[in-house]
Amino acid sequence: MTKEFKSILKLDLFQTLRTKGFWIYSILFGGFVAFLFLSGITETQVIGFVGLGRLMVTFMQVCMVIIPIYVLITVVRSIVGDKENNVMEYMLSMPVSLSNFYWGKFIAKFIVTFIPLFVSLLGAVIWGSIASLDVPWNMFFLYSGLLAAMVFCFLGLGMLISVYARSQDFAVSFAFVIWLILVAFIDLLLMGMMLKFRMNPNWVIGLGMLNPLQVFRVGVLVLFDPKLTVMGPAAYFVLDTVNRGVFIVFSVLYPTLLGFVLAWLGNRRFNHEDVV
Amino acid sequence: MITGNKPLIRARELTKAFNKVEVLRKIQFDFNVGDRIALIGQNGAGKTTLIRCILGQYIFDGNLEVLGKSPRSNRVDILKEVGFVPQIPPPLKLTVKELLNFFAGLSDTTVDEYVEIAENLGLQVNPALGKPFVALSGGMKQKLLVAFALGKKPAILLMDEPSANLDPAAREIFFDYLGNYNKEALLVLSSHRMAEISGLVNRVVEMDFGKIILDKKVETVNH
Repeated sequence: MTKEFKSILKLDLFQTLRTKGFWIYSILFGGFVAFLFLSGITETQVIGFVGLGRLMVTFMQVCMVIIPIYVLITVVRSIVGDKENNVMEYMLSMPVSLSNFYWGKFIAKFIVTFIPLFVSLLGAVIWGSIASLDVPWNMFFLYSGLLAAMVFCFLGLGMLISVYARSQDFAVSFAFVIWLILVAFIDLLLMGMMLKFRMNPNWVIGLGMLNPLQVFRVGVLVLFDPKLTVMGPAAYFVLDTVNRGVFIVFSVLYPTLLGFVLAWLGNRRFNHEDVV
Repeated sequence: MITGNKPLIRARELTKAFNKVEVLRKIQFDFNVGDRIALIGQNGAGKTTLIRCILGQYIFDGNLEVLGKSPRSNRVDILKEVGFVPQIPPPLKLTVKELLNFFAGLSDTTVDEYVEIAENLGLQVNPALGKPFVALSGGMKQKLLVAFALGKKPAILLMDEPSANLDPAAREIFFDYLGNYNKEALLVLSSHRMAEISGLVNRVVEMDFGKIILDKKVETVNH
């Protein structure tokens, strides 16, 4: 880790810690876990989900809805926003390589997005332990990995959009469209495609598995009985045909790798274009 | 890192276009050791674009060398030797203390040295340490940016309207600093107010529609 990289990383971390948005985001997720406990969700059982496991699944489902769009909307504005408000012109007059600048920002954003989620999940485990609930450690580790992978994936996508976008408005609109498409291509639309166009299920499921949101969704449910109706057709098909261990590795590695490739493409463009 | 008699900045056929509209049009110049240049011209003349090319922020056509190197592919080496003051202070949310630490971390200059220059320019640094940069007044921001640029003791100083937000007292101190700054350094001052900086410069370069239309040596009035 070079001195320049560390300087940019620290700078971006400090900048983010000064924003209200970061604290609202952190309190929102921490507060959500507290709310789930207070609502007595750990004492209820619904279709196979029980105790701390139920709370964690609920938390992850909320994360699946909020995190991608939150990451996209905050990150897509970073590079293009810095260009628009003259921050980039000044910061890039410092002796810092463009790659160090880019990856320093990327890692800083990963830390400030992932840590509050991880702390919330960890908080749930600590609270559950104090309340003498069984702690499903396998879920805790899997969900931590899935959250990290999902944040990494959407961060990569967000940085790529931010490098290409000419204005913050365009970047946000484009990110929103991408998110809508990804949401549409989880089980509901996939099932519709299968029925309407009589497509080969393998093709449809393959398409679904390219969608990081779908991978995340199936990954969250991978430890449960695949016959649960809440899973949807794609999740059912995958978990019924693929080895679970393989899918767990895939569900963490694929979004991480996808995020890295997208971020790398963003860095490549950043290094070969006007930066202000 | 001053390189003998070679120009510190050399441009040949330097061209920069945005959407096929040329903002710099095949310009040529040598900026040499000891040059104190007033870069003048109307809005849209290409001054800021030229500065951004020198800072390695734009891709361009033609040839541009800063300290004998390409500003884009050798940006780290070059920018260690370049101090820059932008026309518009960036809205940084960092505190003054964090910024001081950041700059000290990227240069051989200590926090105390930066503070000393800022205080000489009339900025009371201690009360401002905990304040976000963006919350400072225009004059305070400018003094700090000038301190960061001068504190690096660069071989090349690029300043885009550096005195615009300074009060008369700070302006006088600032010009004094520049007047006494390393005579071997290259100073490029972009300004609309030629009269104000005429005493500091020994060369005037005027740009218009992306071309250099005037480049002449002038007599310096020492401060």
